[in-house]
Amino acid sequence: MTLLTVRGLTVEFRSGVRAVDGLDLDVDAGQVLGVVGESGSGKSVTSLAVLGLLRDARVNGEIHFDGKELTALDQRSLRRLRGNRIAMIFQDPLSCLNPYYSVAFQIAEAYRAHHRSSRKEAHRVAVRMLERVGIPEPQRRARCHPHEFSGGMRQRVMIAMALCLEPDLLIADEPTTALDVTVQAQILQLLRELREEAGTAVMLITHDMGVVAGLADQVVVMHQGRAVERGPVRDVFHRPQQPYTRGLLACVPRIDGPLPDRLPTLGATT
Amino acid sequence: MILYLLRRLAVTAAILVVICAATFAIFYLMPAEPAQGACGKACSPERIAEIRTTLGLDHSPLVQFRDYLAGIVSGRTYGTGAQAVNCPLPCLGFSFQTDQPVWQVLTSRLPVSFSIAVGAAVLWLAVGVGTGTVSALRRGSLWDRAAMTAALGGASLPIYFTALVLQYLLVVRLQLLPYPQVVPFTADPIGWAQSLLMPWITLAMLYAGIYARVTRSEMLESLGQNYVRTARAKGLAEVTVVRRHALRPALMPIVTIFGMDLGALLGGALITESVFGLPGVGKLAADAIASADQPVIIGVTLFAAGFVVIANLLVDLVYAVLDPRVRAVG
Repeated sequence: MTLLTVRGLTVEFRSGVRAVDGLDLDVDAGQVLGVVGESGSGKSVTSLAVLGLLRDARVNGEIHFDGKELTALDQRSLRRLRGNRIAMIFQDPLSCLNPYYSVAFQIAEAYRAHHRSSRKEAHRVAVRMLERVGIPEPQRRARCHPHEFSGGMRQRVMIAMALCLEPDLLIADEPTTALDVTVQAQILQLLRELREEAGTAVMLITHDMGVVAGLADQVVVMHQGRAVERGPVRDVFHRPQQPYTRGLLACVPRIDGPLPDRLPTLGATT
Repeated sequence: MILYLLRRLAVTAAILVVICAATFAIFYLMPAEPAQGACGKACSPERIAEIRTTLGLDHSPLVQFRDYLAGIVSGRTYGTGAQAVNCPLPCLGFSFQTDQPVWQVLTSRLPVSFSIAVGAAVLWLAVGVGTGTVSALRRGSLWDRAAMTAALGGASLPIYFTALVLQYLLVVRLQLLPYPQVVPFTADPIGWAQSLLMPWITLAMLYAGIYARVTRSEMLESLGQNYVRTARAKGLAEVTVVRRHALRPALMPIVTIFGMDLGALLGGALITESVFGLPGVGKLAADAIASADQPVIIGVTLFAAGFVVIANLLVDLVYAVLDPRVRAVG
């Protein structure tokens, strides 16, 4: 069953820049769709457009989510979806968490935005979520503030915040980019486990081919605001049809292959 | 946290002693003869010598300063025998003009300054922060441009100008308000507010302009933060996003300048009080300077400095409460 369907999505900023240009994509329920592309290819803008979080931009096209046309919804109805049915985690967890509030408060706040519940109960949910994403001593750590956490733990907090309402779709925008390699692996493992547990569909936005290979079922390759190639991960990685995809894959050095003098780079118009 | 508090208190006390020393040096070690001021014009050399002994002016400057500090902490007695005058704690000396203890004069003037400062502060905080917030949310709109122009105007006009124009318009021409006078709050709250409304507006215009501009720029910055985007992505109502995630960080610098502004005003709004003829600490300072009443000048300076220093201490403590990152460093 298709959960999210995007058809002919076009996002144009006031400056006249067209960040997304006629994009189509589908995310099936319970599936992981990898969206890859270089910086500026329109990946993040697409995710923000789905949540209706783009300001100062003209968004055209259709965004269907679970039978609803999101572009036609008013702010109130969109707000009910955000966090509740579609949650999002971002690239830089330090700047994405408010430094003035404890991590438990920020998780509880997301919960309370969509549930009638007491502060106490929401706090309990937050502690439970912290435990679920692997924060040691969640009871004590709940009262900590983001600056007291490491980068990996902060991203765990973001994930706890995103998953506390058991959304149908999680949009993860470069969830591991700002983290160390070992922490990256832990976060990916966590996402994999949580996805298997809860059956949440994931739209995984990244420029990191390794992340896509490790987590995604389907992949869409974006270039200059358009999808240039799509298909199951295995097919796209092993038999790329488009020169751009081949170029993108060639940029990643292989640990088991010969070491090239210089890594290939993408030309501006490839 | 307690260590932080103790350290801050120690620093505060040290600053007050330094200020005390500076003002003391300026006024007691200057060529102008304090004994002459205390005695008046027609005064014999014998009488001056007598006063010098009574006030302890014949001691070395260091001893005089030590006695002055001791007087503040534990009170002191001027002169000896039948002529001994007791100056109760905290002793800041006696006014040359009225012979009243300076501390008593100051505290009697404080309610007026307090009323002026607190009323104005409420007004300018509400108007300034409110205007700045709306301006930031409607950046570039007609409202924003009009409000920011008005804010610049308010912040640029000198107090004596706004005070006189307001007085002319509201009291003389429109006869909406009574001429400012001292009405105790406890006796007649409405009359109190009416008589102080003009000083409040005068001061608030100046500060609200500054606060509106600071709030606007801070709000614009915090609205652009990633955590505001996160808050929206969580599905929080826009009101909550603005209030909780954008306004609170934006208010941090406001807390800093507010503490200092209010502290300075509690030590007397010199121009405002003088223009409206309100007998607050500021008016006292102006009069004391005009009549070279040295003990009062020192007293007012210390008093005002005390408010600023204490306000700064409070700001730092409030900061530690508001910003968890400060707590970690402290």
